[in-house]
Amino acid sequence: MTLKASLPALAAMTAAIALAACSSDPDDAASNGSGSSGGNSGSQDDIVRVNTDPYPSTYEPQPSGITLIRGGTVLDGIGGEIENGDVLIENGRIAAIGTGLEAPEDATIIDAAGRYVTPGVIDIHSHLGDYPSPGVSAHSDGNEATQPVTAEVWAEHSVWPQDPGFEHALAGGVTTLHVLPGSANLFGGRGITLRNVSARTVQGMKFPGAPYTLKMACGENPSRVYGSRGQSPATDMGNMAGYRAAWIRASDYRDSWHEYWEAAEDGEDVDPPTQDLELDTLMGVLEGDILVQQHCYRADQMAQIMDMSEEFGYQVTTFHHAVEAYKIPDLLAEHDVCAAVWADWGGFKMEAYDSVRENLAMTHANGACAMIHSDDANGIQRLNQEVAKALADGRRAGLDISDAEAWAWLSSAPAQALGIGDETGSLQEGYRADVVLWSGNPYSTYTRADQVWIDGALSYDRRDTDIQPVSDFMLGQPGEGEQ
Amino acid sequence: MKQLISALTVGLTLAAPAAAQTYAVTNGRVVTNTEAGIIDNATVVVRDGDIVAVGAGADVPDDATVIDAAGGWVTPGLFAGYTQLGLIEVGLEDSTTDDSAGDSPFSVALDVADGFNPAGTYLATNRIEGITRAAIYPSTGHNIFAGQGALIETSGNPDSLFQSASFVFVDLSERGARRAGGSRPAAWAFLEAALSDARGYPGRFSGDHEGDALNRYDAAALLPVARGRVPLVMAVNRAADLRRAIRFQEDNAPLQIVIAGASEGWMVADELAEADIPVIIDPLEDLPSSFDSLAASLQNAARLQDAGVDVAYATAPTADGYFNARLLPQHAGNAVANGVPWNDAFRAITLTPAEIYGVGDRYGALAPGYAGDVVVWDGDPLEVMSAPVAVLIDGEPSAMESRQTRLRDRYINITDDTPYAYRR
Repeated sequence: MTLKASLPALAAMTAAIALAACSSDPDDAASNGSGSSGGNSGSQDDIVRVNTDPYPSTYEPQPSGITLIRGGTVLDGIGGEIENGDVLIENGRIAAIGTGLEAPEDATIIDAAGRYVTPGVIDIHSHLGDYPSPGVSAHSDGNEATQPVTAEVWAEHSVWPQDPGFEHALAGGVTTLHVLPGSANLFGGRGITLRNVSARTVQGMKFPGAPYTLKMACGENPSRVYGSRGQSPATDMGNMAGYRAAWIRASDYRDSWHEYWEAAEDGEDVDPPTQDLELDTLMGVLEGDILVQQHCYRADQMAQIMDMSEEFGYQVTTFHHAVEAYKIPDLLAEHDVCAAVWADWGGFKMEAYDSVRENLAMTHANGACAMIHSDDANGIQRLNQEVAKALADGRRAGLDISDAEAWAWLSSAPAQALGIGDETGSLQEGYRADVVLWSGNPYSTYTRADQVWIDGALSYDRRDTDIQPVSDFMLGQPGEGEQ
Repeated sequence: MKQLISALTVGLTLAAPAAAQTYAVTNGRVVTNTEAGIIDNATVVVRDGDIVAVGAGADVPDDATVIDAAGGWVTPGLFAGYTQLGLIEVGLEDSTTDDSAGDSPFSVALDVADGFNPAGTYLATNRIEGITRAAIYPSTGHNIFAGQGALIETSGNPDSLFQSASFVFVDLSERGARRAGGSRPAAWAFLEAALSDARGYPGRFSGDHEGDALNRYDAAALLPVARGRVPLVMAVNRAADLRRAIRFQEDNAPLQIVIAGASEGWMVADELAEADIPVIIDPLEDLPSSFDSLAASLQNAARLQDAGVDVAYATAPTADGYFNARLLPQHAGNAVANGVPWNDAFRAITLTPAEIYGVGDRYGALAPGYAGDVVVWDGDPLEVMSAPVAVLIDGEPSAMESRQTRLRDRYINITDDTPYAYRR
């Protein structure tokens, strides 16, 4: 669990990384990271820093040409709707969006008349790859349920890139997904944001520059798993004590690094602290570089977690599942915390007992940041329908929410909550060309994704089996190529 | 729709003593599930609990309370053919679940009728989304037999369970293999032996003799299956297991099998049709979730139905059947998106499951003589954005309210300064 980070080689990497992994631009990272967990002090190359990116993304977009998707109904993901709209893709990015766009020479022109164009779907809560299909014991890699605090494990180290679930999600228009550890532990480990692309390694799927995340879990799961073993936490109060004890250790750890860096930068001959993988992650949260994605169902428990984040000086980015978010939209807004929810799951445990169909719409309409999520290899394939249900139920309850506004729940809201909102999640000039062309209104049960582009490359075509990925696992199986 | 809702409010007020009421649902796009097909601008008349007239020209009786569908869709109530409604309140709380009993000495004899709770809150949750009838099934405990299933309606009245011992549920999938001791051969050996015990009942059990597989009480409960009086609902997914099931039925006439699962059913579609074995599938099950289901496909429904197999849809296993059976129309709509004609998909959540359980002459269609289970929708019922605006069960309108809608109403207005617990 711990290792001594005294390799001189690490020092050379600090300028580019620090703990701020949130930008693909090294210059930005250096400025963001300055003064955090190592920063960039320039000349003193033998100062030990924490390597924040030891498994770097090797993702490269597939080659793509110029594509003009013409004459569709465009939902831009940030509340805009354009009738008879055009989207121009060049160099893997959105080059223009509007009406009556000129087709550049060599452009592939797609007639989208009668169809809808949207940003790619982003699922902020997935276990694809770490709980893959088929669900066999050898691949049950989502929960390191051996002790309640395992902030040292990283979900990316469990992701099996050959999970056939990825290609099914792609057929549902999912272009980016956030894979988390499970919820058995108080601190489950780091999550990872992936492009939904074919790759031999998980590094080949990692979203370049996306910040790391930390999965935490409230409530029944940790206390059930450990309580049943006669261990702490066995109760909700045990959960809170477990988090707080860990944050105290993390605060001390952060302080010891800062003392070391300050002394070393002053030219003193000091030894660095012993590196601790678990506390590295928690320190990253305290420094604001790692985003907290917390499984939490009940309103009262979310309120306690928000108080705890103030006690220790960090920010909760998103409550996941948040079945009772509708009870506390004002508290969520006050603390600037989002809720990622299902449309209509509930009843499977006490903390899911107060589920209502209007949760997403009510949380949004009452002023908090809200979004859809799947937590499910089947549900991820139809997140557009999940939003359609939430939207329709919200409207029936009298909430005035437009089709275009609701698409944010599928793209820009999760993008923001994952720290990639300036790269993807909406159709804006300069953004990654993550685009779905739907056969009709995507809020209809009868609509399917016709084509999906990732970074401008056509990655899925419903009518062309040559443009439908098939995992290694499915080759030679009876279901090869089935959708 | 305001007009309709006000009409309904009147209806509910008048309905106070229940029974002997007449309702006329007017101005609807009526899906009959009969040779009459879909009739626009039609009326459905319900008297004393049963449907008495359906058609564009049907007269509205003088004493009828009118429910104006205002151009919306009017359909038979949905029949969820594979659920655990009223058996489970909170999945992870054992004290609230009555679907399985791994520590019981009995298996086939376990009857869900004794565990069904008509006051379970999810009856209303599902009813207000159009589910009016359901089959409820037990889960397996210590062997391949889960027990006896029943049929319910979702009014929540004390007599909501209207037929017990309707079928026996048995698991011959990967899970059944584990229950039987560790392999498929073990599961099939147990089934063969159990059937033999049932046929030998009661003679084989005279004196102190026991059965090869079953005790006396379980063997007695399996006898109606052996005699073909009630179906054996068998959970099976893999194509090879489906062929084995077909052979089992051939070898054991008059026993009648219904397959639940069948995620690889399309590979055996012609054989299933030939054997006249109906299947209950989840049309959204498309992942190779286990080595039993490597050929799972969104095309399963269309291919089975094209081959002439009687297909009913279920929400399990992609959505739990004790809470989210209400997602049935979404599942059917997705079947349409993947090639099933609309009428066939709608039949798969109404009349076909009723027929599978032998009650297709009373439920699942809008025609004289059928029970007055009628749903009025604000749009195409298979569209995810549509919802019921009125639900009648046995001719009585239901309150369109559930514990969920009560919670919604308590919290929707955050500017209300009444303390939350006083808002009712």
